[in-house]
Amino acid sequence: MKVIVIGCGRVGSSIAHELRSEGWDVVAVDDKEEALGRLGESWDGGFVVGHGMDTSVLRRAGVEDADAVVVSTDGDNTNIVVGQVVQKRFGVGCVVVRLLDPARAAFYESQGMRVVCPTSTAIGGLAETVRTCTVPAKAAT
Amino acid sequence: MYVLIAGGGKIGANLARSLLRVGHEVTLVEQRRDRYERLEDEFEHVVVQGDATEIFVLERAGIQRPPSIVVAATGDDEDNIVICQLAREKYGVEKVIARVNDPRNQAHFDLLGVSPTVCATSSIMALIEHEVPEHGLVHLLELPKENVEIVEVQISPDATCTGQAIERLSLPEGSRLISVKRNGQFEIAEGSTVLRPGDQVLAILQPGKEDELRKVLLER
Repeated sequence: MKVIVIGCGRVGSSIAHELRSEGWDVVAVDDKEEALGRLGESWDGGFVVGHGMDTSVLRRAGVEDADAVVVSTDGDNTNIVVGQVVQKRFGVGCVVVRLLDPARAAFYESQGMRVVCPTSTAIGGLAETVRTCTVPAKAAT
Repeated sequence: MYVLIAGGGKIGANLARSLLRVGHEVTLVEQRRDRYERLEDEFEHVVVQGDATEIFVLERAGIQRPPSIVVAATGDDEDNIVICQLAREKYGVEKVIARVNDPRNQAHFDLLGVSPTVCATSSIMALIEHEVPEHGLVHLLELPKENVEIVEVQISPDATCTGQAIERLSLPEGSRLISVKRNGQFEIAEGSTVLRPGDQVLAILQPGKEDELRKVLLER
């Protein structure tokens, strides 16, 4: 199974490693060559330098026979557009898009996009942690 | 008419100025603080500060009314696509117009149905091609929604179609020659019109059939 990870920052590089360790054929894409450093010297997957909006970069990464694509650059709008291009132009079956803005995440999710919104997850997690805290009653002074 | 313009650079600001001058209602959205302040001096309450790809900013700018037209004129193509998608799909805006900054992104706008688009580079290129007819085929008008375009072709002296009547050419299906310009004179292209070297021919056809048309009119 082959996956392309577009945007190789903290999140992208970790996903790339995780899927690689599970036996996926992984190609990471980032417009900065330094991003390769984040994958470490032990990285034995692929790496392509270029922008996800550039279809020749997507082709070089092997989008035409990819089973899945993860789009996790630091720009929400870039992720939205690249995600749709990968799905509609190249017909990739599983496209997952990372969006930081919960409002845009909710809208594009309603349009059928597979969206992961770390901000919403954080909000839920933080609120839940507060709710389940056992707060000792403050001593009256 | 109420028009919402995203992006207060030279294009957005001048568009707002022109629309206001002829009596339309305009809201201009600009993200950059320094630019916003300059625009506010001139346009006052017409300008809203914020990122026009953020839903709460669009709503503050009045997208729920909804505007008759939303113009996405920022300097970022991804932003312009998202603004148009939100306007149309989320708020039911009937007409959106998008600026294409990098002509290489034109295919993405087309793929995602964001239309019509305006691209300065492509417009200038079309003008250059018009001035330098050696390029063969020049796009004069494209109507993607109607799936039709009008092109201009200059017949070269050694093209095989010269000396032939138009009705004898095997033009691609769904295409038709409209007119022939010869020695500065314009005439409607009839079936019996014989093509001559140097003729400037206008043709109407479906997008994607250019190569077939080139073969018929330009092949030597």
